Amino acid sequence: MSGLLPDSSNPVEYIQHHLANLSIGEGFWAFHFDTLLISWLLGGAIVYAGYRVGRNLSIDRPSGMQNILEAVLEFVDDLVRSVLGRGHAMIGTLAMTVFLWVLLMNTMDIIPVDLIPWLAGMLGAEHFRAVPTADPQAPLGMALLVFVLMLYYNIRIKGFYQYMMEFLTHPFGIWLFPINFVMKLIEEVAKPLSLGLRLFGNLFAGELGFLLVALLPFWVQPVPGTIWSLFHLLVVVLQAFIFMVLTVMYLALAHMGHDEH
Amino acid sequence: MNLTLFGQLASFALFSYLVYRFLWDPITDMLEERRKRVADGLAAAERGQRERELAEKHARDVLHGAKEQANEIIANAQRRADEIVEGAKDDARIEGERIVSAARSEIEQQMNLAREGLRREVVALAIEGAEHVLKRKIDAKTNNEALEKLAAQL
Repeated sequence: MSGLLPDSSNPVEYIQHHLANLSIGEGFWAFHFDTLLISWLLGGAIVYAGYRVGRNLSIDRPSGMQNILEAVLEFVDDLVRSVLGRGHAMIGTLAMTVFLWVLLMNTMDIIPVDLIPWLAGMLGAEHFRAVPTADPQAPLGMALLVFVLMLYYNIRIKGFYQYMMEFLTHPFGIWLFPINFVMKLIEEVAKPLSLGLRLFGNLFAGELGFLLVALLPFWVQPVPGTIWSLFHLLVVVLQAFIFMVLTVMYLALAHMGHDEH
Repeated sequence: MNLTLFGQLASFALFSYLVYRFLWDPITDMLEERRKRVADGLAAAERGQRERELAEKHARDVLHGAKEQANEIIANAQRRADEIVEGAKDDARIEGERIVSAARSEIEQQMNLAREGLRREVVALAIEGAEHVLKRKIDAKTNNEALEKLAAQL
């Protein structure tokens, strides 16, 4: 095929082609160039915008991008305060970054499914997936950072001993510690897993929906395409929001004692 | 699971750090400053309001005092005017009385003068009459004393 898109007369091949990443390397050492490239471009855009705005902030007359970023920041900060009871720069920054970043990455889904792979195909790439969050690696990677930070804060705030006691004594008391341990382990591991997989699942489904619409004859596409785009706009924003809220929740919970849950 | 996962993890951490450096920190500082500025502005406005109220009260007091003073002055002037009018009336009455009495004494004087004149004339007439009667000239020199007596008796 050498970069050209497969004919939509073969639906299975078409979809499979679209769901393959531009992967470089083999096995564990492989990385998805497309996912990383797009997420870096979008993250870079956020950082660049943030740098431009943050360099000359206006107290009296904030304009344009500063207004938007201020609004996001205050929204996130309010959320952190309502959950944790106080401001927290680390959690707030992570939540803000994750919201903006995931929102942009999700928005890539609204770009026509064939456009970017076609452009990439012109440059010689056989596969190209434009939506990083529809690649399980990306959301799970982010969730993994949240998980690592959760562990870090749990141990730092509560101390290793206290944290282990939570594993052993809840919810059934110390005498059932093996059950407690297993349950708590599942609970803790389920957090990042559900966090990442929820985002991935929603965006994957969205992408699949667009691919299915793209398989229809071109004169049928506008109606279901528009409907799915509008519906998916909700999903895009909602999933970015949920990912942010859960990030805040998990990290805030790590800051609180067990009694405060 | 492959390297993408860890690449994404590292990217997330890096971008978060950069967002913290470029955005979160400056904006929270700026928001804090803005909050302070707004609070200061509100406090200043409140202070201004209070000052204005004080000034208004002061102005009212001053106005009130001025009114009272004006009333007092008017009352004083009224009283003074009354006094002056009363005084003028008294003066006029006294002056009138004085003029009247002066006129009276003048009249009396004139009357006396006239009476004196008449007396002399009556005496002269009487002497002339007597001369006629006596057909001789009474020596004025010898009879002058008698004439003076007669004139004093008239």
